[in-house]
Amino acid sequence: MTRALFHIAFAAALLAPAVVAGDAVAQATPQGPPPPLVKFTIVDNTIPEPLTDVPGDPDRGKRVVTNASNSTCLICHRMPIPEQPDQGQIAPPLDGIGSRYTAAQLRLRLVNPKLLTPETMMPAYYRVDGLTRVQAQYQGRTIYSAQDIEDAIVYLLTLK
Amino acid sequence: MNRSAAFLVALGLTLLLSGIARAQGWPIERYQVEDRKSGYFYLGQQTRVLQDDDFLNPGMSAVDQGAGLWRKVEGSEGKSCSSCHANAAQTMKGVAARYPVFDAKSGGIINLELVINRERVEKMGAAPYKYESPELLAITAYIATQSRGLPKVVEITGPAAPFFEQGKEFFFVRRGQIDLSCAMCHDDRPGVLLRGDTISQGQTNEFPMYRLIWHTISSTHRMFEWCNASMRAEPYALGSPEYLALELYVAWRGRGLPIETPGVRK
Ligand code: HEC
Ligand code: HEC
Repeated sequence: MTRALFHIAFAAALLAPAVVAGDAVAQATPQGPPPPLVKFTIVDNTIPEPLTDVPGDPDRGKRVVTNASNSTCLICHRMPIPEQPDQGQIAPPLDGIGSRYTAAQLRLRLVNPKLLTPETMMPAYYRVDGLTRVQAQYQGRTIYSAQDIEDAIVYLLTLK
Repeated sequence: MNRSAAFLVALGLTLLLSGIARAQGWPIERYQVEDRKSGYFYLGQQTRVLQDDDFLNPGMSAVDQGAGLWRKVEGSEGKSCSSCHANAAQTMKGVAARYPVFDAKSGGIINLELVINRERVEKMGAAPYKYESPELLAITAYIATQSRGLPKVVEITGPAAPFFEQGKEFFFVRRGQIDLSCAMCHDDRPGVLLRGDTISQGQTNEFPMYRLIWHTISSTHRMFEWCNASMRAEPYALGSPEYLALELYVAWRGRGLPIETPGVRK
């Protein structure tokens, strides 16, 4: 066998910085000015009020949190989603998370877990300040939109 | 020992020696020095086999190309690398193992890629290769292969010290929208699954390295760029002072690991 003939096709990069277009959920290479940040109030390590007026959609929430091109939770967490075989083992599994946390607790965890544990590895999904050398196309933008956060929360609450 | 036995021993030795020249695949203990482990350690068997056998190793075509470029006359002086350095197996042995180094002329850190380009400009009167061009990767890989098995040991004291500190600081700063430091993955979590990838210690003893997902041989700086972009952090330019300082620090983290060029990684 010659080296030239030896060829292996491999799965795409897992932390892929590039983004796939066409998924309604994907925040493809972001366009236009970043949407204004929704203000929120923290009460006892929770954010009690939803970030939007539109109630969360659990099906969309599942697509949000498994979206490989936008910092999916699966990079670090295992989740009870058998059709997603590659699941990280950096962080606690999210099985049963909906029984252990309330919506208000999950909201702070997703918005900015560093307010609970400053040294945590978990990204803040709704934060723009206090970051270093953010890539130009992401400057002033949150990883998730306010609606993504709300949809993700109601999906996580189904994981009993 | 009778004559046929002596012949068999001689034949065995010849095969063994040529085997060493054409393959890696050392015993696994060689890929670790104290608590420092080559990325080879974290590879699956299939990928290891690809690196072990030079006939399968997809990085070897770049090495072969590099051997040709080594002898190719270019530039106004009518010279090739081999005009001055003759037999690379002797003259280049150990060179890749001690780079990057402090360079008095520029007052900063210089790596193998940039030294090659400087030689082209100053000694050959030829144009520098573009960073990450197939040519620069090929000749860098060819030179690094001459140090196979030698321990990577870089100088971090004296004038190199402030650059070492700069690279070290880089390694620990959280960056990008995802807000992670190199250390959070490569110091704190080697061996842990990040989705389908096993995080390694982020060592550089096998560069230039063939990355299967890229289908090409690649430099340390391209890897730094990828890790930075994965965190949605603005990467620095390939060959920039920031990445040169980082390259020095990361090389020191893997001190003593054997040169494995061309490594194969996922
Ligand atoms: C880069 C790694 C990483 C990513 C990506 C990540 N997390 Fe986490 N997460 C962690 C770590 C580490 C912890 C452990 C507690 C801590 O450090 O705060 C954690 C903790 C949690 C907890 C608390 C778990 C418990 O049992 O107490 C929840 C809930 C959670 N993450 C949800 C998510 C969701 C939902 C996503 C995606 C939208 C996500 N995480 C993405 C690393 C990550
Ligand atoms: C979120 C996790 C993460 C962070 C943060 C990270 N990397 Fe990586 N790095 C990876 C993964 C995954 C790979 C590919 C698998 C492996 O070899 O570890 C990798 C590979 C590497 C490699 C190649 C290792 C080899 O054996 O060839 C180097 C070198 C490296 N990283 C350096 C860095 C540097 C320097 C930084 C900071 C600028 C950094 N990484 C930040 C996850 C990360």
